Amino acid sequence: MTAQLADTASHIRAEGPNTEALRTDARREAFSFLALCSPGLILVGLIIVLPIGWLFWLSLFDETGAISGANYARFFEQASYVRTFITTFKVAFLVTALCVLIGYPVTYMLSQIPRRVASICMIFVILPFWTSVLVRTYAWLVILQRKGLVNTWLIDLGIIDQPLPLAHNFAGVIIGMTHILLPFLVLPLYASMRSIDSDYLRAGMNLGAGPTATFWQIFFPLSLPGLAAGIVMVFVLCLGFFVTPALMGGGKVIMWAMRMEQTTSLYSNWGAGSALGVVLLAVTLGLLGLFQWLIGARATSVWGGK
Amino acid sequence: MLSTAQSALPISMRGISKRYGSVAVLKDLDIDVAAGEFLTLLGPSGSGKTTLLMILAGFVRANAGSIRIGGDEVITMPPHKRNIGMVFQNYALFPHMNVFQNIGFPLKQRRVSKAETAARVEKALELVQLGGLADRRVDQLSGGQRQRVALARAIVFEPRIVLMDEPLSALDKGLREHMQIELRSLHRRLGMTTVYVTHDQREAITMSDRIAVMNNGRIEQLDQPEALYARPRTKFVAGFIGESNFIPVECRDGTAWYGGQRLQTASATPATGQHWLIARPEKVRLAGNAGAINGANVLAATVRDVVYQGDSFLCYATLTDGQQIALRDYCRSDVLALIPAAGEPIRLQINPDDATIVAADS
Repeated sequence: MTAQLADTASHIRAEGPNTEALRTDARREAFSFLALCSPGLILVGLIIVLPIGWLFWLSLFDETGAISGANYARFFEQASYVRTFITTFKVAFLVTALCVLIGYPVTYMLSQIPRRVASICMIFVILPFWTSVLVRTYAWLVILQRKGLVNTWLIDLGIIDQPLPLAHNFAGVIIGMTHILLPFLVLPLYASMRSIDSDYLRAGMNLGAGPTATFWQIFFPLSLPGLAAGIVMVFVLCLGFFVTPALMGGGKVIMWAMRMEQTTSLYSNWGAGSALGVVLLAVTLGLLGLFQWLIGARATSVWGGK
Repeated sequence: MLSTAQSALPISMRGISKRYGSVAVLKDLDIDVAAGEFLTLLGPSGSGKTTLLMILAGFVRANAGSIRIGGDEVITMPPHKRNIGMVFQNYALFPHMNVFQNIGFPLKQRRVSKAETAARVEKALELVQLGGLADRRVDQLSGGQRQRVALARAIVFEPRIVLMDEPLSALDKGLREHMQIELRSLHRRLGMTTVYVTHDQREAITMSDRIAVMNNGRIEQLDQPEALYARPRTKFVAGFIGESNFIPVECRDGTAWYGGQRLQTASATPATGQHWLIARPEKVRLAGNAGAINGANVLAATVRDVVYQGDSFLCYATLTDGQQIALRDYCRSDVLALIPAAGEPIRLQINPDDATIVAADS
């Protein structure tokens, strides 16, 4: 053993002058980088790893304080949980789809107009983004309710006889959430569209592709990474949304986050609430992984060209 | 396929004008490019050469003018219908497509069958010496390879015209010089009408049939490289292409005078006024003490500095009235024996054939 060590030492010495000093230097540098990172790492540990671990821990105990899987078994036993789960994902998919349908053309327009005009137009996207979600949700309630702006106008104009059910239901939740989450799609998509070199589009046209062909064969594929980032952002935020469905749903649309709030504050069942959180987290991570895998595969086929 | 010699078309540009706001970028340009010609637009940045190319390709709309390609007016035709191949400065290879898809793109737009596309892409790749790289991703290619792919993509659909916007500027010096020769021989082989943009005068001289020197949105001179170098028409052209000595001269009665000395020039001398005599450093020679030979102009000067450059040396001298002049010669042993030292008086000799007189105001 000692002989072997001595052998290694002599081997090191054989590498060249100052090998040991340079190695110590590298170690010292690595250590100082770790030291510089440590405040951030400690913070992340305190506010992310610890609470999530605690959440997971809590979910393993039933109301009596004994370790059991009852909190998780409930998801399969009670139909209302399954319903909430389905509603949550239905809302998330619908809102994400609407955000893409509305957001993509708007962002495309923003990316094609001169930068100065675009930054002015961007204010209309960002200003609502800075306003409180609560305020905006109430504003929608005022606009969409039975005797709200939309219904009064439509009736006064003679277009409809009966007010449309736009608030206190599923439609209201979708409208409110789409409005609130749209900027989360527009902002990353805008950045990615702006970074597409206009020479690619010029090359496309030069080579004989008309405007439509140039858009679908060149611009759209190149904007996919930004679109994917926006979709993930909107979808994940949808899954945990609380205020808008609670106010706009009129008690008819129960989403996952509302279920958690009920379970913890109404029934004080922290174990069940924690289990809800753990399941949502796991399903979200699973979906993100799936999405990443799909987009990743697509990205290789799109970007890799093979 | 890929033998466009018969189908090469001439380009005729008339009265092309372009302004951005109050800035006139192109001022009433007329250029004719012969079928199969390699014409270079040469000029400093801001001279309007790239704008002219963009107007030719259809990416920029001119304020006025006419462009005829083989007789067809194309000035209002959208770019995708012009059938012009273009090599971009940064190549603009589509990053989401591989080499095959990039080169096949123009064929796909023209609904060429799969089998023919494959055959033509392969042939184009062989032409630019990239056979076997069809499956590579664009980001797996070196700069020189990308350049060749861009070239293959621009010629695979047998366009009427090929435009190149400083295509070699991103390559390092050795590769650039190699590609210049290669582009030149490719052009000779395919015979397509080519308009090439560059700010590199050496590149322009190496490659072109004719060069249009542009400055401030105008064409200063459009000529063959030899003529451009030997007989520049303006001071700008003389200064932009190669190195030049400018000696202020006064013309009286059709004769040029420098100080009290009468200068002989082979080219026509203006009747009166202040002008510049242009002499290339390599045309200025050290005169022995034997006096003027064959009627050459001889100027007395004092050596300021001698710079040794390996293959040649540069001698900076000051004429009697303080005017600076440079002389270049190769380091042959007979010349080396004559190289003066700084501070020494020398006599410089300029043959009348090597002296050109241009107007002072340009």
